[in-house]
Amino acid sequence: MSATTMGSGAIPGPAKDEKTSLALGRSRHRANVIVKTLCVAATLIGLVFLASILFTLLWRGIGGLSLAVFTTSTLPPGSNGGLLNAIVGSLIQTVLGAAIGTPIGLMVGTYLAEYAQNSTLGNAVRFVSDVLLSAPSILIGLFVYTLLVEPFDGFSGIAGCLALAVIVIPIVVRTTEDMLRLIPNTLREAVIGLGAPKWKMITLVCYRAAREGIATGVLLAIARVAGETAPLLFTSLGNLNWSVDLTKPMASLPVTIYQYAGSAFEDWVQLAWAGALLITFGVLAINIIARVVLRGGK
Amino acid sequence: MSQTTVQPQTESKSFGGVQARGSAILNKARIAISELDFFYGDNRALKGIKLDLPERQVTGMIGPSGCGKSTLLRVLNRMYDLYPGQHATGQAMMDGINIIDPKVDINALRSRIGMVFQKPTPFPMTIYENIAFGVKLHEKLSKSAMDERVEWSLSRAALWGEVKDRLNSSAMGLSGGQQQRLCIARTIAVRPEVILFDEPTSALDPISTLKIEELIDELKVDFTIAIVTHNMQQAARCADQVAFFYLGEMVECAPAAQIFTAPKEKRTQEYVTGRFG
Amino acid sequence: MSDAPEHLVKSFDTELKRLRDMMSQMGGIVESQLANATKAILQRDSDAAGRAVEDDTKVDALERDVEQFVIRLLALRQPMAGDLRQIVAALKMTGDIERIGDYAANVAKRSIVLSQFTPPYSLAGLANMARLVQSQLKSIIDAVANNDTQTAIRVWQSDVEIDDIYTALFRELITYMMEDPRNITPCTHLLFIAKNLERIGDHATNIAETIYYAVSGEVLTDARPKGDNSAYAVIRSHDA
Repeated sequence: MSATTMGSGAIPGPAKDEKTSLALGRSRHRANVIVKTLCVAATLIGLVFLASILFTLLWRGIGGLSLAVFTTSTLPPGSNGGLLNAIVGSLIQTVLGAAIGTPIGLMVGTYLAEYAQNSTLGNAVRFVSDVLLSAPSILIGLFVYTLLVEPFDGFSGIAGCLALAVIVIPIVVRTTEDMLRLIPNTLREAVIGLGAPKWKMITLVCYRAAREGIATGVLLAIARVAGETAPLLFTSLGNLNWSVDLTKPMASLPVTIYQYAGSAFEDWVQLAWAGALLITFGVLAINIIARVVLRGGK
Repeated sequence: MSQTTVQPQTESKSFGGVQARGSAILNKARIAISELDFFYGDNRALKGIKLDLPERQVTGMIGPSGCGKSTLLRVLNRMYDLYPGQHATGQAMMDGINIIDPKVDINALRSRIGMVFQKPTPFPMTIYENIAFGVKLHEKLSKSAMDERVEWSLSRAALWGEVKDRLNSSAMGLSGGQQQRLCIARTIAVRPEVILFDEPTSALDPISTLKIEELIDELKVDFTIAIVTHNMQQAARCADQVAFFYLGEMVECAPAAQIFTAPKEKRTQEYVTGRFG
Repeated sequence: MSDAPEHLVKSFDTELKRLRDMMSQMGGIVESQLANATKAILQRDSDAAGRAVEDDTKVDALERDVEQFVIRLLALRQPMAGDLRQIVAALKMTGDIERIGDYAANVAKRSIVLSQFTPPYSLAGLANMARLVQSQLKSIIDAVANNDTQTAIRVWQSDVEIDDIYTALFRELITYMMEDPRNITPCTHLLFIAKNLERIGDHATNIAETIYYAVSGEVLTDARPKGDNSAYAVIRSHDA
């Protein structure tokens, strides 16, 4: 009450001094210029690295690109081989990995956002998922190795899919939970207020409201696993021959790049560059699609 | 200086055949609330509420923020069930059933007691689907019957004329006032007996607000209505009966005209005249 | 209102106080108008009569001010409950006070005509009535300023005394007229003067009812004791 009684009383403190305020203004301006310069410089450094990577990739990779790369499997050095088996292997493992990981991640994310807001179990699951999100991917490879490769005495495409799925799960969990949490509670209450059971509220309304966000998360997860090498080294190993058998070792682009780039043969190195270019632009394309999808939803 | 026996005139006059707003006789209770307590954890947010919602009339609920008026609405359609740690005790009787009895089928209850919220909450689907959504939860209708219901509820909500040519476009494209009328249409499509309005116009412009108020006036022919509002003029315009809440208690409940011209309680008087500090 | 806490919007309190001040000012002028008019009749003071008549324009102007101010308050403040009753009451009372001013001015005007006659009788009854009406008016104007329902009820109840005196005066004046036709002119004026005083009393009771409603929110019922029986008074010549 009394706070509002401040009337026309004098403002406390000494009177305003023109000179001081001008001097303060000048020093603020200087600080502004310095900070701005530092920021621009840092950005430029980052951009230079990025541009040099992309440029090198284009410079070295484009030369290796030819129709044969997409039509021929990997062949011994000097016999004009391609990357067909690696491309197809990568596609199969990425798609299957995402197909296994996405529904699991989606449901865990839903559990966290809709059912276990502040429960102990929910917090524990969230913590574990976040740890998994930042775990080195080689560890995930080793984990699947001990689980699926060792006991069955052999590397397999399915093991590779599972390793990628394990990487997909925490990403989808996080985006699903975040996107569902963005939905205002008033929308949930409006659905419940009509007499809808909770599962209908989630499946019929919440998923629709968070559709774009969740789809973006899934796309980003796919982009992430498409370039993973480490988990595949211990699981699908790589296969120099054409094979789409999930129980056998399976080729993939990252692993092939890893093997070829370090080899002593000129044409293999060239193919590794071409593969790197393909992967980079594939991931870039997925990222762009994800952004377009997200913007379309807004 | 003898104190005379001065009798207040009970007013129930009609002026030129028109019942003056708020001077109407209150109908019998559709929902009778008594000894109702509500707890957020250990915090007792409603204290021994006693209030009748008269049938096919509008009950306005006013009071400063945090006084419990919105909480009471959320008790009446069991919205608090969504949140662990909140519970109610006491009676809120409707047709001999205690609404807050844990054994009550809450989905069926919510189809009888609908709620419209402060912010318009269109579902992310088409206008038609928004209306059909709630109906499908409780009834199996043929396509033509559903079309009929959608038209009926949109007409009742004074929105049919504005949207009849774009029923299959997204509800998110409607203006704020249209969205709120869509939410009202969605609520009445389920054919509830009671509609609870929780500050339904606080996010709307004055014209949309008046449209909603007119709508409430039309809806009370068929529905029992309770409206929580921060706007006293709105309560005065809409309500037949007004209840004033303060610190979790129902301080005074009387016909609107009495609350706004001659309230009995000192706290009511101070609140409606703008003296609350 | 003085015991109620202040409004959150302080300027509203200022405006309500201004409204009360305007009412008090108007009441003060009307009181002095009536005092002057009384003096004019009883002491044949034509200056006093002049002042009473002049003051009427001030009262009319104030009434318009109060009306405008009330409309402004209703539109801009949208008052509720006690405030609403106070403001609407002010609007009603300003009308009553203005009428009282008119009656006082009319009494004063008649006193000028009356001073040309030498009444063959005593003005004691009229003096008595004027004193009573003045005291009623003073009480009710004070009650307006203080929102004093006790006083208002007392005024409301004691109007019957004025009515009784008026009925008696009515009979008395008719008797004078029947005794001597030359008395008809002064007595008719006196009759109107008495009627005007009686009407002032009635407006005072109106104000009392308004104050009561404004303060308590309840309506004083119509069962007010009434004493004006002049409507039924018949005096036949052979009675005298």
